Amino acid sequence: MVRTYFLLAWTWTRAAAAYPVSFWLMTVLSLAVAATDLAVILVVFANTTSLAGFSREEVLFLYGAASLPFTLCDLFVSNLDRVSRHIKDGTLDTFLIRPAGAWLQLATDRFTPTRAGRVVQAAVVLVWAVAALDLDPGRLWMLPVMTATGLVIFTSLWTLAGAAQFALTDAPEVVNAFTYGGHQLTQYPLAIYGRDLVRGVTYVLPLAFVNWQPGLYVLGRADPFGTPEFMRFLGPVAAPALALLAALAWRQGVRHYRSTGS
Amino acid sequence: MWAALAGAFTNSVFGILRAYILIALWQARPGLAGYDLTDAVTYCFVTQALIAPMQLFGGGLGLPERIRSGDIALDLVRPAPLQLWTLAEDTGRAAYLFLVRGLPPMVVGAAVFGITLPAGAGQGAAFLAGLVLAVVVSFGWRYLVALSVCWLVDDRGVAVLSLVLSTFFSGLMLPLRIFPGALGDLAAALPWAAMVQVPTDLYLGAAPVLPSLAFQAFWAVVLLGLGALATRAIRHKVMIQGG
Repeated sequence: MVRTYFLLAWTWTRAAAAYPVSFWLMTVLSLAVAATDLAVILVVFANTTSLAGFSREEVLFLYGAASLPFTLCDLFVSNLDRVSRHIKDGTLDTFLIRPAGAWLQLATDRFTPTRAGRVVQAAVVLVWAVAALDLDPGRLWMLPVMTATGLVIFTSLWTLAGAAQFALTDAPEVVNAFTYGGHQLTQYPLAIYGRDLVRGVTYVLPLAFVNWQPGLYVLGRADPFGTPEFMRFLGPVAAPALALLAALAWRQGVRHYRSTGS
Repeated sequence: MWAALAGAFTNSVFGILRAYILIALWQARPGLAGYDLTDAVTYCFVTQALIAPMQLFGGGLGLPERIRSGDIALDLVRPAPLQLWTLAEDTGRAAYLFLVRGLPPMVVGAAVFGITLPAGAGQGAAFLAGLVLAVVVSFGWRYLVALSVCWLVDDRGVAVLSLVLSTFFSGLMLPLRIFPGALGDLAAALPWAAMVQVPTDLYLGAAPVLPSLAFQAFWAVVLLGLGALATRAIRHKVMIQGG
């Protein structure tokens, strides 16, 4: 399955690299798009030294910790949210009759290697923030764990987004509120949001486990909303639960898909 | 219709998320940039409402496809000027999108946080005038971006560059007034400020009316003028192949 994925991704990469100038220009420009989110944080901190009790370095740490898994998913699976377009064009049927999983093919369809620039940008910010903050080295083991958790959560979100589009064929943009909205939400300390919203993204849609709960542990800070200490470590429980839900939703979507016929 | 409502939903969700950032900032710095907390929240939802009519994420014009497919040759021989024809289409589209994709985020903002309305009919009229001019400036810019396909063939690079300029330097992501130092002065003088920051300031009554409208009119004239030159240039470039 992994081999098939990389074979398909490599095919699209070679297609994109056929025009080298365009390829590198798009890589640099996609970096510029990602950098605007970073610029917003820097402009905010040009006006204040702390946002809801968090310093610039701490916010950049949370930004990097959310953006690294998000940009990786944006690179590798975000094309799942084009399901509705494939349904409308009638091209979904071709995916279903080929001898490879539909999920795999849709995830790699139009794989855009130039998005890798954003992954690099997120990683650089994260490393810089970790270096700039005086963190307890005994807590850094959480970094790979939270990145893996974030990958599972965002991949599940995109799978849910794709599955939802089987029903929302005419309104595909709704899912952006959850995928790209999820990234927008997790870039900042959840302390800035309302209590009900934070409860929602902790107990219903577990975005809080991408970088907020584990991030509080790494930063050695208490939760301003007062959740108990053990919550910091629940990411590896919440993420597989969401993944299971996403897998079931995806199966439901594919099973109930009725081609438009010829 | 469903697509437009879906867009309105997404714009509203992002409006709420952005509003919390501005609230946190304005709680740390009350009265920053001459806005109070309610002004800042209102700013957020008015700017969200402007995304669709100003097409800040790009697109809206069918021209690049028509240039690639060659249909542009037909458009150029029509007995109506290409630029005015496209402007008329774009203005109608902007009016529709302001109603179906612009008003819902503002209603959501009013329900969740409470936003202000323009104080009095004069301020409302100033906002409407600013809105119309902003659409023209936005069209002028996107028309130039669209025609660039004639020379570049691959328009994705220009489209991404335009996306960065018209989301960051328009005031959509943060008010330009809080940009530090020279960056702030530069951003306030560029045409993208005329698309979002200026009409929103007119809505809030936070900027003098006539200089603001004059600033927008200046950029509208400059961009439309450049657009007219570009239209003449493509007239000479287009070669009709036929059989």
